[in-house]
Amino acid sequence: MLEVVVAGGMIFCAVLAIRSSHLLQSAIWLAGSSAFTAILLYLMGAPQIAVIELSVGAGLVTVLFVFAINITGEDASTVLPSIPRGVAWVAVALAIAAFTGMVLPGQRPALVETGPEVLTSLLWKDRAVDMVLQVALIFAGVLGILTLLGGNEDAGEISGGAHDH
Amino acid sequence: MIIEPRLVITMAVICLVGIGVYGLLITRNLIKVIVALQILVKGAILALVLAAELQGQIQLGQSLALTLIVADTIVAVVGLALGLQVRRRVGSLDLRDLSKLKG
Repeated sequence: MLEVVVAGGMIFCAVLAIRSSHLLQSAIWLAGSSAFTAILLYLMGAPQIAVIELSVGAGLVTVLFVFAINITGEDASTVLPSIPRGVAWVAVALAIAAFTGMVLPGQRPALVETGPEVLTSLLWKDRAVDMVLQVALIFAGVLGILTLLGGNEDAGEISGGAHDH
Repeated sequence: MIIEPRLVITMAVICLVGIGVYGLLITRNLIKVIVALQILVKGAILALVLAAELQGQIQLGQSLALTLIVADTIVAVVGLALGLQVRRRVGSLDLRDLSKLKG
């Protein structure tokens, strides 16, 4: 029963995040959806990833959204859709049908059975290359942000990294 | 009537994916696009952990979900920074204005 309430709250927040006409409200509803997702992950027996989702999804990303909206300001062009809603609903139905087809019984590929693992040993021993790639990804993201946000006064220069004098 | 929790979570995943795809298709604001992408990825995270739980490999699902969260956060950060630059240079966050740019 608790799962129903939490999943309902998560979907409610997600719908309002999309439907809201104000960007700031949309970001707040997205944070609520992240919080409900974290609760659902905890109920599924994944407490470590629930904590990470709560701190990153509901905390860091929300702060970034508020920061970005504070700089850009509310844009009035959010009301009109980019494509007809009927076409969007058909595409959504196709996506849901494809996704449901993948999770139907008999369609799932059989995984190799392994014993119970500890998350830390799984991360740092079995998936060490992935962890290195994640660290590289984080540094690449930071460098990208610094390049994008720095030196933006020169007209016609997107990156702002190189200056021709 | 007792509702199976895994069925509830499966339905929630499908709903989140549907909401995310709909948001990606229907909106033309850059920041709203990133919001829709975040919702879509939340569905993917839940699906990963649910599949791992069904297979009895919850730690593997958690490690994969961690990778997904990191990648999704980087995508959001870079997307928001791009949105800031677009707003400064074009004066709008509308995706149609971007498609009209020439040169």
